[in-house]
Amino acid sequence: MERVETPLRLFWRRFKRNRLAVAGGIIVISLFFVAIFAPYLSPYDPNEIDVSSILLPPSLDHPFGTDELGRDVLSRMIWGARISLQVGFVAVGIAVVIGVVLGAIAGYYGGMVDSLVMRFVDIMLSIPTFFLILAVIAFLEPSIFNIMAVIGLTSWMGVARLVRAEFLSLKEREFVMAAKSLGAGDMRIIFRHILPNAMAPVLVSAVLGVAGAVLTESALSFLGIGVQPPTPSWGNILTAGKDNIEIAWWLSFFPGLAILVTVLGYNLLGEGIRDAIDPRLRI
Amino acid sequence: MALYVIKRLITMIPVLIGITLISFFIIHLAPGKPTDILTELNPKITPEARERLEKLYGLDKPLHIQYLMWLKKVVRLDFGNSFSTDRRPVIEKIKERLPVTILINLLSILLILVTAIPIGVYSAVRQYSFFDKVMTVFVFVGFATPTFWLALLLMILFGIYLGWLPISGLTSLGYEKLTLWGKFTDLAQHLLLPVFVSAFGGLAGLSRYMRSNMLEVIRQDYITTARAKGLPERRVIYRHALRNALLPVITILGLSVPGLIGGSVIFETIFAIPGMGQLFYQGVLMRDYPLIMGILVIGAFLTLLGNLLADLAYALADPRIRLGG
Amino acid sequence: MKRFSLLLLAAFFLLYPSINRGQEESGPSYGDTIVVGSIGEPSILIPMLASDSASHDVAGLIFNGLVKYDKDLTLTGDLAESWEVSPDGLTITFHLRKDVKWQDGVPFTAEDVIFGYKTIIDPRTPTAYKEDYLQVKEIHAPDPYTLVVKYEKPFAPALASWGNLPVLPKHLLEGKDITQTDFGRHPIGTGPFKFVEWIPGDMVVLEANPGYFEGRPYLDRYIYKVIPDQATMFLEAKALNIDLMGLTPIQYTRQTNDAFFKKYFKKYRFPAFAYTYLGFNLRDPRFKDRRVRQAIAYAIDKKEILQGVLFGLGSIATGPYVPNTWPYNPNVKRYPYNPEKARQLLKEAGWEDTDGDGILDKDGRPFEFTILTNQGNSLRIKTATIIQWRLAKIGIRVKIRTVEWATFINEFVDKRRFEAIILGWSIGLDPDQYDIWHSSKTGEKEFNFIGYSNPEVDELLEKGRRTFDIEERKKYYYRIQEILAEDQPYVFLYVPDALVMVSSRFRGIEPAPIGITYNIHKWYVPKRLQRYVPIP
Repeated sequence: MERVETPLRLFWRRFKRNRLAVAGGIIVISLFFVAIFAPYLSPYDPNEIDVSSILLPPSLDHPFGTDELGRDVLSRMIWGARISLQVGFVAVGIAVVIGVVLGAIAGYYGGMVDSLVMRFVDIMLSIPTFFLILAVIAFLEPSIFNIMAVIGLTSWMGVARLVRAEFLSLKEREFVMAAKSLGAGDMRIIFRHILPNAMAPVLVSAVLGVAGAVLTESALSFLGIGVQPPTPSWGNILTAGKDNIEIAWWLSFFPGLAILVTVLGYNLLGEGIRDAIDPRLRI
Repeated sequence: MALYVIKRLITMIPVLIGITLISFFIIHLAPGKPTDILTELNPKITPEARERLEKLYGLDKPLHIQYLMWLKKVVRLDFGNSFSTDRRPVIEKIKERLPVTILINLLSILLILVTAIPIGVYSAVRQYSFFDKVMTVFVFVGFATPTFWLALLLMILFGIYLGWLPISGLTSLGYEKLTLWGKFTDLAQHLLLPVFVSAFGGLAGLSRYMRSNMLEVIRQDYITTARAKGLPERRVIYRHALRNALLPVITILGLSVPGLIGGSVIFETIFAIPGMGQLFYQGVLMRDYPLIMGILVIGAFLTLLGNLLADLAYALADPRIRLGG
Repeated sequence: MKRFSLLLLAAFFLLYPSINRGQEESGPSYGDTIVVGSIGEPSILIPMLASDSASHDVAGLIFNGLVKYDKDLTLTGDLAESWEVSPDGLTITFHLRKDVKWQDGVPFTAEDVIFGYKTIIDPRTPTAYKEDYLQVKEIHAPDPYTLVVKYEKPFAPALASWGNLPVLPKHLLEGKDITQTDFGRHPIGTGPFKFVEWIPGDMVVLEANPGYFEGRPYLDRYIYKVIPDQATMFLEAKALNIDLMGLTPIQYTRQTNDAFFKKYFKKYRFPAFAYTYLGFNLRDPRFKDRRVRQAIAYAIDKKEILQGVLFGLGSIATGPYVPNTWPYNPNVKRYPYNPEKARQLLKEAGWEDTDGDGILDKDGRPFEFTILTNQGNSLRIKTATIIQWRLAKIGIRVKIRTVEWATFINEFVDKRRFEAIILGWSIGLDPDQYDIWHSSKTGEKEFNFIGYSNPEVDELLEKGRRTFDIEERKKYYYRIQEILAEDQPYVFLYVPDALVMVSSRFRGIEPAPIGITYNIHKWYVPKRLQRYVPIP
């Protein structure tokens, strides 16, 4: 009944039918584009101060207005996209690798290994992540590298739990039994048979993770302990926005919107991917 | 069940030890020794602060002794004295601030539960309906909204333009003179925005999880079977499907506890609520290490408690977990 | 609470309209509360131990000094009724008021001042204000209401130093370690307001002292409300929950002009006795070279900072005194923005961009340094950002680091662990700045933290504080300003204006050169406008 298709083509065919997912993909790709070509795209030097044009509302000269030192908000946001992208991907990359490996090991082997890993997960989960990040940053220095590393190292537990849960239920399934009875090795079963079937929640979780990392970075910068000025980040533009929220809506509105759209993009993309690869949805 | 609880409590012991280990490790992040040239050039931590730390935590002793010394103090809830000008014991400062933070977090969890689950279930049952679409948009947008941004917008809307709600703090002036009912409504007015904001992210996320779990469960064979048997749809949904769909939600809820507690830093700072989060933020700005360590450990204990409750709820909801074993 | 009390008021007004109207004309009425907003929370309510303005704001209402500055900036009696200075200037005799009681009912006497003096000079007392009192040779009280203070050498700032710092209740504190007692959190003073409670992180509540020697304040309560965020505080004010707060220049120029604001608030602007500067650590070999400091002064556009940071609400600083005070010398060397001149001076000092990376270097080391300032002061952070950008243009790379205030002072400034700082001085009304500029004042915790040393300035400072004649003192301080302008140990940046908003329901506010809050115990709210009424 079904035509023989490579999984990738099948995936793509399904994915592109989902308009929201495509929209999410476009948002994410645009972000990459903006971040990479920031020097060519930004109309002004993001740090160019001009005290004669402080807090100007959006206009043709400054589409997103100017900040409290007369700097062009659009240019600062374009450069801020770089920070957002870096933090999101590096942090989540770290988190997913740790989470998948530990979750898979725990779920597949069970027993002692499982309890050990899960105790570790419990420990990490028991420390409020934001507290942990703040504490570490209080002891170290607020810098973009520290922030990425700390966010990554404190956000893998969700992935680990999900992967483990999937493994727990999947390893009892017929296809795994079948693979085992055919003499497949542990590694093969984990990575070829179970993991692909467990990827959907991991992907969703990773995408939410990017969103979370972007939000965490902006919150830290907003509180003044994230990316340090004058390096532009959406979070620290929002800090200035907060100080002037009544008279300079553009300072809060655009960076807040940028964060919102970015996170939205990752979410739509992630859910789209999930829908497209989840075999259980295929009827 | 009692056996399960006892078992869980016992398994908490290594977790507790682990938490103290990680916290202890963080103390050692403080860079440099007084002798380091780097310390001089890089004034993150000064020799004097370092000295005080060394005294407090016995940093000149071998590692395992340091840890045991520190642990002994932690068990007695002795986190030393704050570095700030008042030099008060850390635990006293935390005690003052803790009730507010716990109250707000409990209310947030409650709010998340009573709104997110119905939204998720209804969206799943009526998949692709108008309600589902609206909720999907709400959830996506809601999940993507930075809460501090939302807090500011709500403050402007309800505090300034509409004038319905107070903007900051926990109680009005003259609170102590109000009647009991007056106190209650006053507190409720002050708590409304902070609770809503702190619940917001979790709310969107959880209803999304709820919806997708529900969708998955509905597609399962046993649901089809139940329907085929001619059971009424309501019974199928609420007795069979919901129970199974709730399982992962409980996990996620348990996971969201530390997020809520951590989030208290942000909204307590914005709304000027004198809770533990605000205290922690001030501690971080002041590099008040004893205070930071104290709140970190206390926060971890609280979360552990939350997780334990989530686990118990999981056990209650999932017959597959063999309670005796 | 708010709505309830308003309702109650409305009812009252309907029943007795004529009485209420009559009252407003007939004079001040008692009652109501003033809520003062502050970003910082007080740390301790003992004047001599406090180093932050929040603590002094509150403690200043609880404690009195022997003398104070009146609204026109002349010294006048407070706890002292009168005083005599001996012809040689070495002895001051204070005659104290006899009707003053501590808020616990115990009479105030000269013994309390002697006790405070002994506490402040005690080496174990951690106070930044010892210096003036170390000048005292002898102090004694011939009777409970007379205090005689003798000095070794003539000391011009002597009289002014007997403000509220050295006045403590002996009967409560004798024999106790002042740093360990609870007194700093539950103070008892002689002032117009007395302490009620301190809710940590939230507010300090004071109430009218019925036995205040100048008469009970009209206001029932004074609440010092802590809101750590300036924008939130402003929103609270617009929701009418804050009655008095300082404004930022942006708030003053752009956010306080609508009809709503004009109906409910009045705003005040007056020159502050303060200036902001960029100070160099002169122990750093790069900043030892005067040409480098002058170059940086030329490279910073002070007009731009005045415009960008203060919206023009202030003036450019030229030295450590503010315009329109008698020691201020308007004719000193100035440093208008001139990047060419800056580059040339740096070149003379050996700083050139030899490797073409856009950063000046000397002996293979690039010119970069860190400006340290305190967190939470957006004006200073903005100033730092502008300086960073301007210095980048002449090839100096600047990093900015912000540190929380207490840490900033205790760990960095006091320990001299900085390259350059942006900080402000609020200046006393006596021109003596021995503590700031004298080369002997470079020790830990002392105020010459930049390590400035100029023998001529030392001598002038010494002469200035030993002379009583204003015209003669003026000569010394004029010369000091010339030297400082030439030396540029600080790049003097700006003198800000103080910007304050107060709820329009308060009456009795009389703006004066010293500001507005000097007579807060005379402020009142006409009965029909009172917001906070006690519910019986």
